Amino acid sequence: MEIPIQKKVLEANETQAQKNRKMFKEKNIFVLNVMSSPGSGKTETLYKTLKILMPKIKAGVIVGDICTRNDADRLEASGAQVVQINTDQFGGDCHLSADMIEKAARCFDLENLDLLIVENIGNLVCPAEFDIGESAKVVVLSVTEGEDKPLKYPLMFQVADAAILNKIDLLPYLDFNAKEAVDNMLKVHPTMPIFLLSAKTQEGFEPWIEWILDSVKR
Amino acid sequence: MHEMGVAQQMINIALASIPADIVNLKVERLNLKVGKLAAVVEDSLRFCFEIIAKDSLLDGAELAIEHIPVKVRCKVCDAIWEADGPIFSCQKCKDGAVEIISGRELEIVSIELAE
Repeated sequence: MEIPIQKKVLEANETQAQKNRKMFKEKNIFVLNVMSSPGSGKTETLYKTLKILMPKIKAGVIVGDICTRNDADRLEASGAQVVQINTDQFGGDCHLSADMIEKAARCFDLENLDLLIVENIGNLVCPAEFDIGESAKVVVLSVTEGEDKPLKYPLMFQVADAAILNKIDLLPYLDFNAKEAVDNMLKVHPTMPIFLLSAKTQEGFEPWIEWILDSVKR
Repeated sequence: MHEMGVAQQMINIALASIPADIVNLKVERLNLKVGKLAAVVEDSLRFCFEIIAKDSLLDGAELAIEHIPVKVRCKVCDAIWEADGPIFSCQKCKDGAVEIISGRELEIVSIELAE
């Protein structure tokens, strides 16, 4: 006997993600899910971004790591409220899921928030698969990785709404071909806006900050 | 990397779908659809499923996986093609927007019970 089911395996996560999205929309909060491999400079990019945004924009951050609250401590110095999720309680999960975001979001005064940034676990595979109810996804690639990363991890670059190529201050010292990296991103996602910047020197920050401000206003 | 969680969800969904009035049942097969872009490693999924299914009604059940190819549609010229690599731009409208219409599936289609 065959029992038909026709259900998505990740349905529980998707249902929670839709609830999150509805709640964030009602509260008029722009939620940005920031993803990358470990060491691409997500935290530094977000720290500098928040330092620029914070007086104008009321922002909060949820940061995910397997262990430690090192990133939360760094980001708190920007003045934003930060909630750290450690997934070792969940068996060292490789991604943040919608229910973790729902619980972490309860720590914020949502009536008083314009922007909620989620710094996902450093991983170019699994976070791409899990909707958390965000408004937009951003992927960060850095020039100390390979130009072909977008082709190796196509889902991440396909689902992203924008991309950052970070650490461009190091370009003179590396053999990294920035044009090739950008071309590869566009092969996977032809219409994606790509911001070339350095979190260290803040070169190239203006278009990125403008993109966030436009997204928050929308 | 999250195959253990996926296997657990599969088992929860399969068990919830079995009518309560069936007694002495054995699940023979789980029919799944897995898209080529789904971030799931098949060997790892089978391994995790086998371990978690032990001591449940799904112990020993076969995982029958239908692999779904990646199909992409160009939003500019409406062309649809099968992508067998990571390049999703349309051959005609190079920088136009595209959408993935299949290849991200991770679905339980049905379960089959032994007669």
